[in-house]
Amino acid sequence: MIAHAIFFYVFSIIAVVSAIMVTASKNTVHSVFFLILDFISISCLFIMIGAEFLGMIMLIVYVGAVAVLFLFVVMMLNVAQQKNQWFASKDSSKHIPVGLIISTLIFFEIIIVIGGWKYKPEIFDINNSIAQTSISNTHSLGQILYTDYIHVFQVSGMILLVAMVGAIVLTFRQRSGVKRQSYIKQISRERTEGVEILEVQSNKGVKIDD
Amino acid sequence: MEYLNIVFQEVYKILFLLVPVLVSVAMIVWLDRRVWAFVQKRQGPNVVGPFGLLQSLADALKYIFKEIIIPSSSNKVIFILAPIVTMTLALIAWAVIPFSATQVLADINVGILYLFAVSSLGVYGIIMGGWASNSKYPFLGAIRSAAQMVSYEVSIGVIIINVLLCVGSLNLNDIVIAQQNLWFVIPLFPMFVIFFISALAETNRPPFDLPEAEAELVAGYQTEYSGMMYAMFWLGEYANILLMCAMGAILFLGGWLSPLEIYPFTLVPGAIWLILKILLLFFLFALVKAIVPRYRYDQLMRLGWKVFLPLSLTWVVLTASYLFYFNLLPTN
Repeated sequence: MIAHAIFFYVFSIIAVVSAIMVTASKNTVHSVFFLILDFISISCLFIMIGAEFLGMIMLIVYVGAVAVLFLFVVMMLNVAQQKNQWFASKDSSKHIPVGLIISTLIFFEIIIVIGGWKYKPEIFDINNSIAQTSISNTHSLGQILYTDYIHVFQVSGMILLVAMVGAIVLTFRQRSGVKRQSYIKQISRERTEGVEILEVQSNKGVKIDD
Repeated sequence: MEYLNIVFQEVYKILFLLVPVLVSVAMIVWLDRRVWAFVQKRQGPNVVGPFGLLQSLADALKYIFKEIIIPSSSNKVIFILAPIVTMTLALIAWAVIPFSATQVLADINVGILYLFAVSSLGVYGIIMGGWASNSKYPFLGAIRSAAQMVSYEVSIGVIIINVLLCVGSLNLNDIVIAQQNLWFVIPLFPMFVIFFISALAETNRPPFDLPEAEAELVAGYQTEYSGMMYAMFWLGEYANILLMCAMGAILFLGGWLSPLEIYPFTLVPGAIWLILKILLLFFLFALVKAIVPRYRYDQLMRLGWKVFLPLSLTWVVLTASYLFYFNLLPTN
C-alpha cells in the first residue's frame, strides 16, 4: 500500500508541476513537451486506479496523435520572433480577462461535478454497475458504452466527423493553374508518346521545345 | 528485505529479456546488411569474426570511442533526451511480448493497446531530435516523419481492430491462443500485407525511409548526431523493427504456436518458434530494402490515406459482418 501511495504522489506531483510549466514556460515547444509529460503522468494515474483501458487510450489518442499534431504546428512557429512581438507587447494583457472568466467557469463546473459526486452519489448510478462486476474493465466499458449509451456514443462520433468535414471544407480552395499528377497517366505512358527519333542533318541541329 | 528480494527478482527477469534483445539487435543489423549485399551480388560485412558476425560489435566499439558533438545552437536538454527516448521506448515495449504461455514479463489485460501506444510514442524521439538540432535538414526530416508515422499508425490501428474482432480480447496471449486452429494470416491475408507495408513505414524502413533520405536530407533527423548518441538512435530503430516483426508474428503468424501440432514440432519450445517467425518477417524487411526504390513523399501520403485506410476500414466492416452473420463473434 505504501508503494502504491508513493507512486501516486510521484505521478500526481509530476502531473501538477508539468501542468503549471505548460503555462509558465516561455518557449512554446517546451510547453508542448510539458503537456505531453502531463498526459503521460495522467495516464499512469489512470492505470494505477485500475482503468488500464482508459490509460492506454489516453496514451494512444492524446500523446500518440493529438500532441504530435500540436507539436507539428508549434514547431513551425518562429519562436524567437513571437517572443518579441506578441508576448512582450501590451496586446497580450487584453486576453487576461477572457482567460480569467473561462478559468473561473471551468473551476465552478469542476466544483459542481465533484460536489455532486461526493454528496449525491446516487445520481451516478453507473459507478455501482462497473464496480460490482468481476470482468475486466475493457469488457465492462464496452458493455455500458455499446448498450445503454450507444446513441450518445454515436452522436459524439458524428459531431467529431462533422467538425472534421467542416474544417476541411473551410480550408479547401480550388486554385487554378495548379499542376496535378495523375498516377494512372504516369504509369500508362508509352514509349511512342515520349520519344521521337529524328534524322539529324549535320550543321543543322534539331529544334527542341517548340 | 522481502521487498528487496522481489525487486532483485524483477530486475533479473528484465535483464534476462533486455540483454538478448540488445544482442539480437546487433545480430539483426549484420543480417540486414548481409541480405542486402547478397541481393546485390556483393559480400557484405564478412571480415570481423566468423561470417562477419562480430561486425556490429566492432561498429558499437567505434561509436563508443567517438566524440559526442553537441551543436552550440541546439536545444541541449532535448537534443540529449531524443536518442534516450527512442531507445527506451523501443525496449520497454518488449515487456508484454509473450514467448510462451507463461514466459511473459508483464501479462497485462491490454497488451496489444500497450504495444500500439508505445509504438505510437516512437515518433517523439525523432521529432525531438530533429527540432532540437536547430538545423534545416534534421527539421525537415522530423516533420516528414511526424506526418508519415501518424498516418500509418491509423491504418495499423484499424488492422489491429480486425484481429481483435476475431479474438475478443486485448491480451496478447489470448490473441496467440485464438490462432490455435488457424493462423490469422490465412483469413486476414490482405490485412497482413497492409500491416507489413505499414510497419515498413512506421519504422522508417526503405522504401519509406523519407525522414532520413540521404539523397535529399543528408541523414534526416540524425544529421547532427555523432558517436554514441547516433548509435542509440540506430539501436532504437532496429529494436523497433524487431518489435514490429514480433507484433506481426503475434497478430498474424500465431506467435509462439508451432506451425503443426504434431510430435516433432511440439518438442520445440514456443520461444524458438516466435524467434523463427520474427526472423522470417525480418528477412522480408531486409529483402524489401534491397529491391524496392524509395517512394516519393506525396505518393507515400496517398498510399497511407487513400489506399490503406479505406481498404482496412472496409475489411473491418466485412470481418464484423461475417462474424455477426455466422454467429462466430467471440464471447467470454
